Order: sequence, then structure tokens, then C-alpha cells
Amino acid sequence: MKQISSLNAALNEAGDISRFTGRFLSHWFKPRYEVAEFFRQCFIIGYKSLPLVGLTGFIMGLVLTMQLRPSMVDYGVESQLPAIVSIALIREIGPVITALIFAGKIGSSIGAELGSMRVTEQIDAMEVSGTNPFKYLVVTRVFAATCMLPVLVMLSDAIALYGCYLGVNIRGDTSFNLFWTQVFDNLAFYDVLPAFVKTFFFGFAVGIIGCYKGYNSRKGTEGVGRSANSAVVVSSIIIFVLDLLAVQITDLLGFY
Amino acid sequence: MATAESILFKEHTENQGAPVMSICHLYKSFEDNHVLTDFNLELFKGENMVVLGKSGSGKSVLIKCIIGLLRADEGTIKVFGENIPDLNDEELDKIRTKIGFLFQSNALYDSMTVRQNLEFPLRRHWIKVSQQEVDAMVTNALNDVGLIHTIDMMPEELSGGMRKRIALARTLILKPEIILYDEPTTGLDPVTGREIIRLMVEIKKKYNTSSLIISHDMNCVRMASDRIVVLLDGICYANGNYEELTNNQDPKVKQFFE
Repeated sequence: MKQISSLNAALNEAGDISRFTGRFLSHWFKPRYEVAEFFRQCFIIGYKSLPLVGLTGFIMGLVLTMQLRPSMVDYGVESQLPAIVSIALIREIGPVITALIFAGKIGSSIGAELGSMRVTEQIDAMEVSGTNPFKYLVVTRVFAATCMLPVLVMLSDAIALYGCYLGVNIRGDTSFNLFWTQVFDNLAFYDVLPAFVKTFFFGFAVGIIGCYKGYNSRKGTEGVGRSANSAVVVSSIIIFVLDLLAVQITDLLGFY
Repeated sequence: MATAESILFKEHTENQGAPVMSICHLYKSFEDNHVLTDFNLELFKGENMVVLGKSGSGKSVLIKCIIGLLRADEGTIKVFGENIPDLNDEELDKIRTKIGFLFQSNALYDSMTVRQNLEFPLRRHWIKVSQQEVDAMVTNALNDVGLIHTIDMMPEELSGGMRKRIALARTLILKPEIILYDEPTTGLDPVTGREIIRLMVEIKKKYNTSSLIISHDMNCVRMASDRIVVLLDGICYANGNYEELTNNQDPKVKQFFE
């Protein structure tokens, strides 16, 4: 009985999120456009996430290289280390790990910010003054998250590859030019494009879930904490589901 | 009671013309909790009406229904002839520009300065207004509440009374014809509370606004009201000016004025 009611609640929430997404799409193109707020959100969501994303990217590239080296040495393909690491990073690890870090930082921050605005009646105040809080608060944040995550993933990938270069040179001697030649000789268009496209969906998912949880926050400060927490949990799960779908679609389209 | 109520409404109608707001047979429930049951009210131009009631009697629910934050189960809420429950989002936004709402919690945007708080609704409704005109309107609104020096401060730097006055300035900036006050003096010391009440009366005189004030503060009821409605058991139980209700012998009314 308990499982049925949990399933029922999950399905209800899925329906509510779909309706919220529909509302977002219906508001997206309609004027008035909150351009200034959009750029402010891009700065907060994108620029201010860069140090965290850059650091995790660097460590990701370095550690992956150091962990792979012994096996590569055993098989006698140590020279292929840059190629293998770069493909793994660009196709899968970079987008997914960056999106998860992004969900942790941005999803929770949007959920908490909108949640506290809801419980302190700031969203109601916007509504009663005849302005459109959905457009100002939700559309700008979701759009900014959708645009900024692909940029962050590209930068994170680049930093991760630099980490990989350092990792390769801890116990080897590969020149900078040779490293990049090996990376780009082994990367194809179909490695980069699907990975790049799916990051827009990851960014959208983080933005819409964070906004949904915060915008519909209830029950005071406890509700705000719960909104922030569930924004991270739900958007992380959705990132994995979207990744699974992206891999299947890429496979069906023959990008391998 | 209904007869006395209708006589009083009739007298007001004859004295002040058509009402700017008229609520008829309003019902609102939350599951089994029937908050408003056949509630009726009329507000006239230039009138300050206080809705008096115990905590949990449905006063805040009433004004949230009026502004469209809550949807009434049944009944009509006509504001300037438009029935609020029938309006779509765009029509509701349009009519909301004529109605100011002062929240009990003030609901100032805490990530914006006082200037940005006041500019926010202006910039979204009066798109073609120049920055100089916006500055002038913000300055005027802050002068009305006597807090021009706080223009570049953040809400967190202000005292409770100052926040209330800034919230009032933000309410005034769109020049509303009706102002809804949700417990304007709650949480303020008596001196600051009286300042806010005086400000509300001054604003009514200066801009000839109609006001619906939700309160259980008897100072506010006495100083700010032209007419008082007692909300009890979900209905408009009694209706009259301060003197009339003070002399009312009904024990349920008397309990508020003792």
C-alpha cells in the first residue's frame, strides 16, 4: 500500500513538472523579455561556477590518466593514453560529472533562492503588483542554466585535458604539441557533437527542476531546505536518465 | 443582521455612488474547513474599511481572494466592474495595477535595494517611461513615507517600521485606486504602529484611495476606519462605524470593543 502511494506521489510530481515545463515553454517567446536579468543569471550561474567546475575538471583529467596508466602500460599501449582519456572525457565523463557538479551547485541554489522567496511572500508580492514572476524568476534562470552548462562543459573538458597532459608527463615525456595532436587525431566529429548537444538538455533539466522545487516550496524554512535538497536529487537522477537516452539515440543514429 | 447590513450598504450607496469593490455570496473552504460562507461586502470610493475578526477567522483569505492569489469556491468579487474569479492571467495582471497590496510580512525583495524594489513594478508596467521620470516617481513615493535617505539601502539594513513604510511606498508607486492592507501594524511597537496608521490616513486623503484594512489592532480600527466590518463565522456579522459598533450590544460584537 505504501509503495503504491509513493508511486502515485512520484507520478503526480512528474505530471506537475511536465505542466511546469509546458508553462515555461509558453512563456519563453512571449514579450516582455527580461534581458538584463537573463545576463545577470548567466553571470551567476555560469561565471561563478567556473572555479568549481574548472577544479573538478582538472582533477578528473589528472586522476583518470594516473589510474589508467598502469593498465595501459601492461597492455603496451601507453602511447594511446591521451587518445583514450580524451575520448572518455569528451564523450561521457566530462559532460556527466560537470552536469552533476552543476546540479549540486546551481540546482540547490535556485531551489533555495526561489523557495525562500516563496515562503517570504516575495513571489506573491510580484504577482499582486501585476508583474509576471514566472517570466522574471523562472524563464531567465532556466534559459541561463541551459545556455551556461554547455559552455562550462567545454571549458571543463579543456581543463581536464590539460590535467591529462600533466598526468601523462608525471611518468613520461610527451611534448605539448604531440599530446594535442594525439588527442585531436583520435577525436571525431561524432564524439564531440552528441556530447555537446546533450549538455543543453542537462542544463535545462537542472534549471527547470531547481525552479520547480523552489517555486512550489511550502511549509516555511523546512520546506526551503527540502526544496534545495530534492532539486539536487531529482536533477541528478534526470541527468543519468537523459544520459542513458542520449547514448541510445546516438547509437541508433550511428554515431559510434 | 442581514437587514441592518443591507440598510447600511444602501445608505453608503446613496451617499457615495457605485462601489469600487463589491463582494457577493463569497464561499471559500479548505477541505472541511469552511472559512468564508456567504460573505458580502461593498467598498466605496475614498473609503477606509476595516475588516475586524479573530485570528484564523479568514481575513487574510478574504483579501487573497480579492487580489486573485486564492480562487474563491463560489461567489463574485467585482473590482471596478470586473469579476476577479472570471479573469484570465493577463486581465488579472491589468486590474492588479489598480490595486495595491501591503503584506503583513512586507515582502520586500531582499536581493534588491530600496530603489530597485520601487522600480521593479514601474519598469514592468510603464515601459516607455524615461529613467528621469522613474527617478522622480521613486523619489515622490519615498518622500510620501518620509524615507528618501534609504533609497540606496538594502531591506536588511532597515528597521521593522521602515520596512513597512518602504513596502507602502512600493504599493503606492503604481498609483493604485484601492489599497489592501494585511495587518499593517502587526509586529510593530505601539508608537511605530500609530505612525503607520497616520500614514495610511494621510495617503487616503492625498490620493483619495479606497482601502480595505485587515486588522485586529483596535488602535488601527479606531484611527483608520470610516466603516468596520466584523468577520465572524465566515460571514459579515456586523457592519458600521466605530461609534455604532462600540455601542452594539451583541456580545459577539462587543467582545472586540471591550
